[in-house]
Amino acid sequence: MNAIEVHNLSKSYGKLHALTDVSFSVETGELFGIIGPDGAGKTTLFRLLTTLINPDSGSAIVDNCDIAKDYLSIRSRVGYMPGRFSLYPDLTVEENLKFFASLFGTTLDASFDLIAPIYKQIAPFSSRRAGKLSGGMKQKLALSCALIHRPKVLFLDEPTTGVDAVSRSEFWDMLSNLKNHNITILVSTPYMDEASRCNRIALCNEGRILGIDTPDEIMRSFDKQLYGIKSSNMYSLLERARKVEGVEDCYPFGERHHLLAGPSFDIQMFTAQLNDIRDLDIVRVEPTIEDMFIKLMKQ
Amino acid sequence: MRAFIVLVQKEFLQIKRNSFLPRLIIAFPILVMLLMPLIMTMDVRNVNVAVVDLDRSTTSRRIESHIEASKFLVLTQVSAEYQSALKELEQGAIDVIVQIPEHFERDMMAVASPPRISITANAVNATKGAMGMQYVMQTIAHSLNELRSTKSPAKFSDMITVDNRYNPTLNYRHYMIPALMIILFILICGFLPALSIVGEKESGSIEQINVTPLSRLTFTLAKLTPYWLIGLFVVTVAMLVAYFAYGLVPVGSVGAIYLGAILFILTISGFSLTIANFSETMQQTMFVMFFFIMIFMLMSGLLTPVDSMPEWAQKFTTILPPRYYVEILRSVYLKGSSIAELSTNFIALGSFALIFNTLAAITYKKQA
Repeated sequence: MNAIEVHNLSKSYGKLHALTDVSFSVETGELFGIIGPDGAGKTTLFRLLTTLINPDSGSAIVDNCDIAKDYLSIRSRVGYMPGRFSLYPDLTVEENLKFFASLFGTTLDASFDLIAPIYKQIAPFSSRRAGKLSGGMKQKLALSCALIHRPKVLFLDEPTTGVDAVSRSEFWDMLSNLKNHNITILVSTPYMDEASRCNRIALCNEGRILGIDTPDEIMRSFDKQLYGIKSSNMYSLLERARKVEGVEDCYPFGERHHLLAGPSFDIQMFTAQLNDIRDLDIVRVEPTIEDMFIKLMKQ
Repeated sequence: MRAFIVLVQKEFLQIKRNSFLPRLIIAFPILVMLLMPLIMTMDVRNVNVAVVDLDRSTTSRRIESHIEASKFLVLTQVSAEYQSALKELEQGAIDVIVQIPEHFERDMMAVASPPRISITANAVNATKGAMGMQYVMQTIAHSLNELRSTKSPAKFSDMITVDNRYNPTLNYRHYMIPALMIILFILICGFLPALSIVGEKESGSIEQINVTPLSRLTFTLAKLTPYWLIGLFVVTVAMLVAYFAYGLVPVGSVGAIYLGAILFILTISGFSLTIANFSETMQQTMFVMFFFIMIFMLMSGLLTPVDSMPEWAQKFTTILPPRYYVEILRSVYLKGSSIAELSTNFIALGSFALIFNTLAAITYKKQA
């Protein structure tokens, strides 16, 4: 059974098409990642699915409720953690939790077992005002608040943006634990390296979905050969490499340029053509999600 | 219901946590009620008068001594030259010149058309000029009456008696205090809830609220309830200050004042909510509120009477809610009018409350 089903959802703000004909479905208990750069329409999608805004066209079903018709019942079934910290900064950690528990007609004690692993980490600061917490702690509090009413579906909009690498990894561990409670999680992130933590991912850009699959399958579908090239003059190397026959694409990628090889690419021919670059170094590299993303984006 | 109570509690908690609001809510009404009536007075005192005495008779001296004795007038000089007095008037040293013509005393009773005393006033400050002129005229008339009665056997009686109903001492403060109470309402029950709602938009917490099953009516009511209660607290403080500081007690019923206060608070908070619904930032709210508050303060008869406005402006005031409440407050405080006598005002306020709150409910979209 699918926890989320999205059919041809579109939303524009004036002339700007934030989402165009987006369709996908998420199975119950799945950890589903929406991966894309800023401006891909991730937040718009989340706001549509949490009934904060209405779509221009298309429909979506979240936990058997239509986002347009049954918006009231959706609200008690889903938890939403916006990208920006939006709890009450002048209430304490505990007051925030109790407040949101009351709004959902439940209590902190009733859902304590669910949030305990997360809440335990911020419990020592329970009487501190939420606005005075550090970034990582704010995020844990926000997650606790989003879980306070035992939602069936959890929407996390860029939960790891602006958080240090260790906290990010911790956060993904917490999400993996939540799967044991059969909670469906839709999470968006601009960090491609986090994709492997999801069961399935949707790569999206400029309001469209480029591809949906498991991270492994997405990698497997990368059917081209990829090389990493390096020399002392990286810029002219990029310019020159792009002109060589058989090179489909070449783009900067960390300390090496990644070179996407076409069918007619030959490594000997390549090094021969660039033999005047003395310190040219070329190796085979394994594609990452980011390479896949760039490839899909250019198609 | 539980959600409502929790929300109201949260609202009060936030007000209490704010470093500024609790002090504002307590100190502001007291300060405004204590200070403003002292400052905002239209009573004219210390009118500087120069007498150009060309007559130099007992009559002219009597007029001078009366001017000197008046508590509103200050006799600054007596000269024989109008031109030099006029120069001083131009410089602002004196406000009114009284010229007593030659042979005034001699001709006063004898001639059919006696010479006239002329009064010249500096009317740059229109109120001071007009009032100063009035005081001078009254004083002179008084002296002349006295003179006449000593000279003729028939006793001259005052031909006009004046009775200032409802505010016998023409105390401007008694006129101002109701207006100040309304200004307090506009600021505390109008500004604060609007800022509080827009504040939630700015901090993003309204988004967290919007994904809860909470109905917008519950949320809005819970947002306003604290400010309604604060409004009633403010009117009580203001009435107490009016009594203890100025001895002003409503002649009519306190109930009428509270009923009007409730309707007016509902109106102004509904109005502020509507503005909050259309603004994204606190700055926006502030400026839009300022715009309307200026109109409310200057055009609804709080400071200047509606009757003295041009006709089109008088018509315009019918759509300004404070106009009705200031009328209620003044009538109840000074004339002792009853709710029945002021029914049109109460009905008008009630309708405004309904209109603005409906508008607020319609324009509150459950989106960002």
